[in-house]
Amino acid sequence: MKLSQIAKTVRSKNAGVDLITFDIIFRDREPYERVKRARILTRETVAQLYGLAPERIVDFVEFDPAYAIKFTITRLRPSGSPGDPDIFGSQQYAPLLDLEVPG
Amino acid sequence: MKAAGKSLSIICPNGHLGFAPIRVESFRLGLAEKPDYVAADSGSDDVGPIPLGSDTSTSPLAWQTHDLEQMLLASRSLGVPMIIGSSGDTGSNSRVDLYVKIIRELAAKHRLKRFKLGYFYSEVDKERVRRAMRSGDRVLGLDAHKDLAESELDATERIVAMAGVHPFIELLKQGADVIIGGRSSDSCVFAAPAIHHGFPEAESYYLGKVLECASFCAEPYGGKETVLGEITAHDVKVTAMHPDQRCTVASVSGHAMYERSNPYFEHVAGGTLDMSECRYEQVAEKTTRITGARFRPAPEFRVKLEGAGKVGERYVGMVGIRDPYTIANVDKVIAWARDKVRERFGDDGYELHYTVYGRNGVMGELEPLKHKPGHELCILVQGVAPSAEMAEEVCMTGTRQMFYARLPDVKGSAGGVAFAIDEVLRASPAHRWTVNHTLRCEHPMELFKTGVVEVG
Repeated sequence: MKLSQIAKTVRSKNAGVDLITFDIIFRDREPYERVKRARILTRETVAQLYGLAPERIVDFVEFDPAYAIKFTITRLRPSGSPGDPDIFGSQQYAPLLDLEVPG
Repeated sequence: MKAAGKSLSIICPNGHLGFAPIRVESFRLGLAEKPDYVAADSGSDDVGPIPLGSDTSTSPLAWQTHDLEQMLLASRSLGVPMIIGSSGDTGSNSRVDLYVKIIRELAAKHRLKRFKLGYFYSEVDKERVRRAMRSGDRVLGLDAHKDLAESELDATERIVAMAGVHPFIELLKQGADVIIGGRSSDSCVFAAPAIHHGFPEAESYYLGKVLECASFCAEPYGGKETVLGEITAHDVKVTAMHPDQRCTVASVSGHAMYERSNPYFEHVAGGTLDMSECRYEQVAEKTTRITGARFRPAPEFRVKLEGAGKVGERYVGMVGIRDPYTIANVDKVIAWARDKVRERFGDDGYELHYTVYGRNGVMGELEPLKHKPGHELCILVQGVAPSAEMAEEVCMTGTRQMFYARLPDVKGSAGGVAFAIDEVLRASPAHRWTVNHTLRCEHPMELFKTGVVEVG
């Protein structure tokens, strides 16, 4: 099963001008715990998926009250610099949708 | 106030006033609850560095006026204060003056009874920052920014300071009925009146945190709808006003994550809101109650600064590619065009950017599928240079020369790219964020000048 089939929300957005933050939110505890247990969303898997140097992931939190996994990356240049194609950082989440979640 | 000062309620109709218009139906339902304040934030650094650098708004005047009119008429008919933060997207001085002018015009248009209009400015003189740097007071970089260097300060067009609750409270003490704020932390627009009325800082800042984006703390998703927050000495309750929206444990706790790198902490001038021990409880169908917020005062008073500087004039061009061989070799096509610009203008003194849609246009180096381009590409070309004439020629050369790129095995020999428009278009000057730092201040009001005038 793909992450997009069991997550309620998968989104990315600026967190200030230097950072883009990603939220993966589940409807209830069961799918959230399943994804956590499967270790498909970790600093390591995210770094590999996006081709990021590990130090560019500046925060990684499993946020139980909201059944959410959240991580934050640094931009190479601040948002809206000439040539930046995503000023709001709002379309950077797509590669997460197809992550395979073990049944 | 409800229950003789035991609680205070605030409605927020819009998470970024002016950026898209208030939805009036849920706002009216919010007003029927007889809130003690009507408040909204009107700014964001999400809109990029151009508005601050060029001292403009990205929100249209008509929408700004629409929202201010709705809020002003509501505030005056209920007889409760109205508070706006980060006026006109950036909270620069010209945006505060613009909103003050709009309020005056609306008051005249509707023949409103006399009221006190308070305002404050947030712009910071570059020389104030330079003095701090030269006296050895480091201007600390946030996130990916290093400590501020004078060369970056020199490259900056305009700086605003992010106010905390202090100028709002100062104006409330002076009896302001309407407050038009310069740049300020979103949450402080709401925390200020709560603190002013004696509620604890922790609950007050949490109230601000949950209200700042209006209905983004409710579900199902739908922006620009009104939410109502109520604070007591022990808790915060938040209620969705739209008939089809609810504030749930999931939607409210989920909102704590929105647009911040960490869901537990919110930094404001003067301290940090700590949400790590927050407890969420559904107390009614549309209402969630939050307890357990904490606030830690900062050991030294530092204020966040935002600054933007101009990079240059800008033109944009656009080309399409359909030939699979050319698509496979698009980097060579771009290199050819870059080379032609280099022959004319040299290696530096301009910028030339290519965004390759259909391959990795949206995600750039983060795109996992960049080795699998689509069957057609669109390439956006941006030329940036000190003068408009040069930017136009940089962009024109960088665009048109793609047509002439020489690939060894290309079959089509009558033009390597397709033009939907055979011209380059002038765009807003390119800017960049130069300042994303904090400055130590002697006292909380040092950077913020307030004023009060009678209107009506």
